[in-house]
Amino acid sequence: MSHPGWVSRGVVLLQRHDLHWVLLLVLGWLFLGAIGLLRPHSLRFVARGLFPAGAVLGLGVALLGAVALLAGQAPQAMVLPLGLPNLPFHLRLDALSGFFLLLMGVAGAGISIFAAGYFRSGEGTAPGLLGLHYHIFLASMALVVLADDAYFFMVAWELMALSSYFLVVSQHRLPEIRRAGFLYLLMAHLGALCLLLCFGVLQGGKWQFTFDAMRGAPLAPLWATVAFLLALLGFGAKAGLVPLHGWLPEAHPAAPSPVSAMMSGLMLKTAVYGMLRITFDLLHIQFWQWGVLVLVLGLFSALYGAIFAGVKTDMKRLLAYSSIENIGIIFTGIGLAILFAACHLPLFAALALSAALLHALNHAFFKSLLFLATGNVLHATKRRSLGALGGLAHTMPWVATLALVGTLAIAGLPPLNGFVSEWLLLQAFLFTPRIPHPFINMLVPLGAAVLALTVALAAYVMVKFYGIIFLGQPREPALAEAHDANWLERIGLTWLALGCIAIGVLPQIALRATGAVTGLLLGQTVNLSSRIWWIAPIGAKQASYSGLLLLAGIICVVGITFVAVRILAHGRFRRTVPWDCGYPWQTSRMQDTAEGFGQPIRHIFGSAFDMERELPSPSDSAPRYRIHVEDRLWRMAYVPIARAVQRLSDSIGVLQGGRLAIYLLYSFLTLLGLLAGVL
Amino acid sequence: MPHSPHWIVPSLNLLASLLLLISFAMLSRRRTQRLITLFAWQGAILFTSTCLVAYSSGHKELYYSAALTLMLKVIALPWILHRLIRRLGAQWDSELLVNIPTTMLVGLVLVIFAFGLAQPISLMATTITRNTIGIALAVIFLAFLMMITRRKAITQVIGFLAMENGLFFAATSATYGMPMVIELGIALDLLVGFFILGIFFFQIREQFDSLDLRHLEALKEE
Repeated sequence: MSHPGWVSRGVVLLQRHDLHWVLLLVLGWLFLGAIGLLRPHSLRFVARGLFPAGAVLGLGVALLGAVALLAGQAPQAMVLPLGLPNLPFHLRLDALSGFFLLLMGVAGAGISIFAAGYFRSGEGTAPGLLGLHYHIFLASMALVVLADDAYFFMVAWELMALSSYFLVVSQHRLPEIRRAGFLYLLMAHLGALCLLLCFGVLQGGKWQFTFDAMRGAPLAPLWATVAFLLALLGFGAKAGLVPLHGWLPEAHPAAPSPVSAMMSGLMLKTAVYGMLRITFDLLHIQFWQWGVLVLVLGLFSALYGAIFAGVKTDMKRLLAYSSIENIGIIFTGIGLAILFAACHLPLFAALALSAALLHALNHAFFKSLLFLATGNVLHATKRRSLGALGGLAHTMPWVATLALVGTLAIAGLPPLNGFVSEWLLLQAFLFTPRIPHPFINMLVPLGAAVLALTVALAAYVMVKFYGIIFLGQPREPALAEAHDANWLERIGLTWLALGCIAIGVLPQIALRATGAVTGLLLGQTVNLSSRIWWIAPIGAKQASYSGLLLLAGIICVVGITFVAVRILAHGRFRRTVPWDCGYPWQTSRMQDTAEGFGQPIRHIFGSAFDMERELPSPSDSAPRYRIHVEDRLWRMAYVPIARAVQRLSDSIGVLQGGRLAIYLLYSFLTLLGLLAGVL
Repeated sequence: MPHSPHWIVPSLNLLASLLLLISFAMLSRRRTQRLITLFAWQGAILFTSTCLVAYSSGHKELYYSAALTLMLKVIALPWILHRLIRRLGAQWDSELLVNIPTTMLVGLVLVIFAFGLAQPISLMATTITRNTIGIALAVIFLAFLMMITRRKAITQVIGFLAMENGLFFAATSATYGMPMVIELGIALDLLVGFFILGIFFFQIREQFDSLDLRHLEALKEE
């Protein structure tokens, strides 16, 4: 080791008590939330004191997660003397938990520092309460990945669902927000119910609910499949896999922007964590059919999310659908990894899993960044609909520049981080011919095509997102007074944007982190290239990528062009209108609208939507065009289920006649019945 | 058994049957005021029987619960109830959902059921009062039946209190009473519950100008 002595001593000290330190920081989060209640209405105290402190704790958690990952040590475990008698809380810190702690810590720190500048007084819930929910949310996510028994896992999981619910409904005076919150809570509980059943199956008749006992309980193939399907339902509902995604496009726009960022960037990842923990750690076998199922669901979600993001005109809803798309990509990677692992191809499984994990990390950065940017736009303009925005690049240069980084990253352009994970995933797809099932290895390449289509659509969506909000002319006069982000918000946005760039340019570091996880779960790591600035996942002959060289190339080309223009042309800056097609004047109404931009997608994928269109008549003096696009799955799956439940509860409601004597009679007859049973 | 004079068991049986008789009387009364008097009598019988059991079995702590019964169920609660109905002006009215003869017949069936139920339990019990378990159960059932068949809120509370009397009697007759802590807890619960219900009465009357529970039916969700 070339470190100076005190650094290595510090690392050793951190390693030895890693789990204790993490627990201390998590308790710190809870403490920060609690002391916010001392002065719940003081925005200054909560925003300027507690949120930055939470960000610092987040950095600490990230550091400890990284230590757990890269030190390559044995997992640490401890038992907390809390919980029920005979059911204490077990904690464990291994590479998988470490990776997700790293993700939460780094992205959470950026969001926290942003949130310190974001919240204004008089917006729904008091700041102190908001801080409490926010820090409980953070702490419970960390506890979810640390939990080492089903009981503690469920406690942390529910804590996460409840605290995020309160954050979603922080503007509870609006009925649509209350409705969105209820839908979210409902889906969260249905998912939790599936997880509870899943753990019930996993304990395998031993009635031991520690994960250690579950690792040692070999299940019959049928029961393993049941457990896997329940886990897929439970975690799929949290992650927003289609068709369990109904809550996501409602809840994410309803929440304040830092909370949307946390839910999308961090909370969805806990579902990914749970899926990996159960599939690769607690279950001792995998079947290729599972992999195909997850692969199909993932690809479907990805395509579905991308298509809907293409037609949505509310900027936060658009990003929510884009989250579904990205979760779909992550689950595609997981499905591929299961498929390879079941076919005993651990190297390719490790490649696919690395791609999935890396994409989870990337998504935490760029999606948080974009959600936070929409928060700034929302505060500056009070508008969420793309149709009312435009030209904000002039009035909000900081937000526009940093959002551009996020936009390019999510669109999957090199040298940013989104490209690396999507490229790795496509690389993994290329090895499917090695699978010894003829149909699978013929059909899975189609999946690669779907993935490519999704990625292209995502890029299209992001052009729309960025172009309509920040470019062009302002569509409303009030936009000219939009203000830029304040300094705390700038720090948060810059932090996340730097993360996007850093992972894109130096993916080797992130891949070492994912390598530790694949080493734990599959016993295999992806070979990084021997050349230090290059990554070549399988071999330099197949494919290799160097973010740094690419960045250097881009900088060179741009620099040369810039210098050439300055030298060869007149060399002065001049701001002028672009070519105006020969029109004598241009108004903001002549620009492409969000609806217009989405029209081709609406046309091609028309069968996925329920559309309502109002076309103006040709003789209309003030023509208005209106279109309303609904999720067809909503009508086909959710509404019938809701109706059936309603009918069922109505028929139970007959029992509730309102007469006290009848109610008393119920309990009397129950008593008599039970006593007669004793006889 | 330390002292078990021969007259103890017959007199306990007599008290038990008086208790049952009062329960039937409660079922048949229409006036609220009379119901309260009967409830106080029930408490008095309970007090006497508890004293007798304490005397014969030598369980000194049963004297405390007897004293508690005397203070709470014979003196305090009837007095408060009387005051309450005077202030509410509810001395006279009492409406039945089912007519009295039918109620009595149902009550008879319940008593038979209770005795049938109590038989295996009394075979297992070792107390001198074991024969009265059936009666204690019957008292509980009859009080419950009274709650079901009455329409006024205040009569339901009396039914609830009478049910507690039955439970108490069951406890003394089957096991020489419950532990003192539980008994104190129950007594406190009764008192607190009673005060809350008293507040409810005034609220209900204020809202609907009557204590008739029919008005509460409007509260259910459509």
